[in-house]
Amino acid sequence: MTSEADVVVIGAGPAGLSVAATAAGEGARVAVVDDQPGPGGQVYRSIETVDRKRPADLDFLGRDYSAGIGVVQDFRATGCDYLPRTSVWHVGEAGAGRRRAVYCSRDGGTFRILARHVVIATGALERPVPVPGWTLPGVMSAGAVQGALKSSGVYPAGRLVIAGSGPLPLLLAAQLLAARVPVAAFVDTTPPGVLTRALVHLPRAAAAGDYLLRGLVLARTIRKSGIPFYRGAAGLRVAGSGRVSTLEFRAGGQDHVIPADVVALHEGLVPNSQLTRLVGMRHFWDRRQRCWRPELGPWGESSEQGIHVAGDGGGIFGARAARYDGRSVGLDLAMRLGLIVESERDLAANDARMRRMLDVGIRPLLESCFPPPDWIGSVADEVTVCRCEEVSAGAIRTAVADGCTGPNQVKAFLRCGMGPCQGRLCAPTVAEVIAAAGGRSLAEVGTYRIRPPIRPVTLAELAELGQA
Amino acid sequence: MFHRLTGPAQTPITVRFEDEPVQACDGDTVAAALWAGGVEWTGARRVTGAPRAPWCMMGVCFECLVEIDGVTGQQACMVQARDGMHIRRQRRFREPGDDL
Repeated sequence: MTSEADVVVIGAGPAGLSVAATAAGEGARVAVVDDQPGPGGQVYRSIETVDRKRPADLDFLGRDYSAGIGVVQDFRATGCDYLPRTSVWHVGEAGAGRRRAVYCSRDGGTFRILARHVVIATGALERPVPVPGWTLPGVMSAGAVQGALKSSGVYPAGRLVIAGSGPLPLLLAAQLLAARVPVAAFVDTTPPGVLTRALVHLPRAAAAGDYLLRGLVLARTIRKSGIPFYRGAAGLRVAGSGRVSTLEFRAGGQDHVIPADVVALHEGLVPNSQLTRLVGMRHFWDRRQRCWRPELGPWGESSEQGIHVAGDGGGIFGARAARYDGRSVGLDLAMRLGLIVESERDLAANDARMRRMLDVGIRPLLESCFPPPDWIGSVADEVTVCRCEEVSAGAIRTAVADGCTGPNQVKAFLRCGMGPCQGRLCAPTVAEVIAAAGGRSLAEVGTYRIRPPIRPVTLAELAELGQA
Repeated sequence: MFHRLTGPAQTPITVRFEDEPVQACDGDTVAAALWAGGVEWTGARRVTGAPRAPWCMMGVCFECLVEIDGVTGQQACMVQARDGMHIRRQRRFREPGDDL
């Protein structure tokens, strides 16, 4: 089956919804494909269900989450063609390169959507946290705990230890506290002294003052709650037989061993670059965010004809910036489709672009407060790096010593990145281990080449496509 | 390991995990339903066969792969639970010589 649209938006988070609502509002035929069952992405996950069926939960999930209600309503009002539970596994060319073909799977069936424009709005994912024992049942990302809380009101019972650094674990702790869910301990891996270094960024951050205020309120809530709080923790290690039983770490010059039933880890976010890599976009290494980002023009246009990027997939700037970003990308598409002229685009986008500029003023401060981890390249040899194929850091180091120069060669030698996740999860770690082992920079080491299909597809699905 | 917060405001449903009934709520993902039902691990690692459980709950890591109604390789965190669904742990990859 093949259908057509002016614009295909991949991802229904704040950026994708905003692109879609804006472009459709100008008269474009927009199709939005997303793998979740409802719109909102991860940040506004299950927002419609919560609003309708568990409205009391909005109180502890907080204001930033509730903001998603309006975003989703605006999107629903536009009557875009919305395809939930739909995975994109390839973006190719069609019509002698004048159009793009987006290959989708939904409920076991396969189809293509042809469009002049594709917007990749696939957002961010959590950086993997490869500490010893992180593959044990009971260990998960902080985002996983938050996701289950949003989607089903399901929360960890027993002793929950939140360990990591960044706004997300702090927010998670505050949400759980507000929901009267006990948190056994907060192990903060933020290196000591960063607050002082971050102060120089305060003036620019003041323009996005509400973030600052909320950050301070978060910190105060957690401090006042009486949760055991360990500052400057390092050397994390999860132990247990068959499942987690303790978390070990060093903090304040002392070794600690604390009992845990669930350990939620987090070390920041990175753009989900699976699709931007697949289509061959040019990327650059962002030293401060310690990740690859696609090279984008002022309107989210990429190095690839007909493909834009909106939101955190282009770099980590947060949900609100993603919404503003989506609006300006949507207007640019409307102009390219001939629905509005350049001056109309510029005028209509002015407000969103101004707001985005002020909003991202908080980022230098956040990036200094919560610097990306620098220890991942030196994880112990026995730590599993690629969870799918069970490849250890030690095996990667041996491959480097044997002459492997980059992730793609290591992949060919060891199969890391070749399992069902297709390297989504291990890519940052593999590069870190190779760079550290060979004494080279991450920019030089590079990352996996991504090829279709980017998700497992059955032969039946491929066969169905051939009949189209 | 996990509890449900506000009590079932949604319609209760029953799924089967390894033939045992698990109470869940309409709208749960399979992974959330299993978490709330006390299931600690959802499959075996493909190489060593060690227990494996969801890591990301957002479709990235594929650590939650299960067999649903006889079809393997399904992401428990992405599929919505339905009443009467049969879910099984996904075992390690078959090796030459393994019984099929």
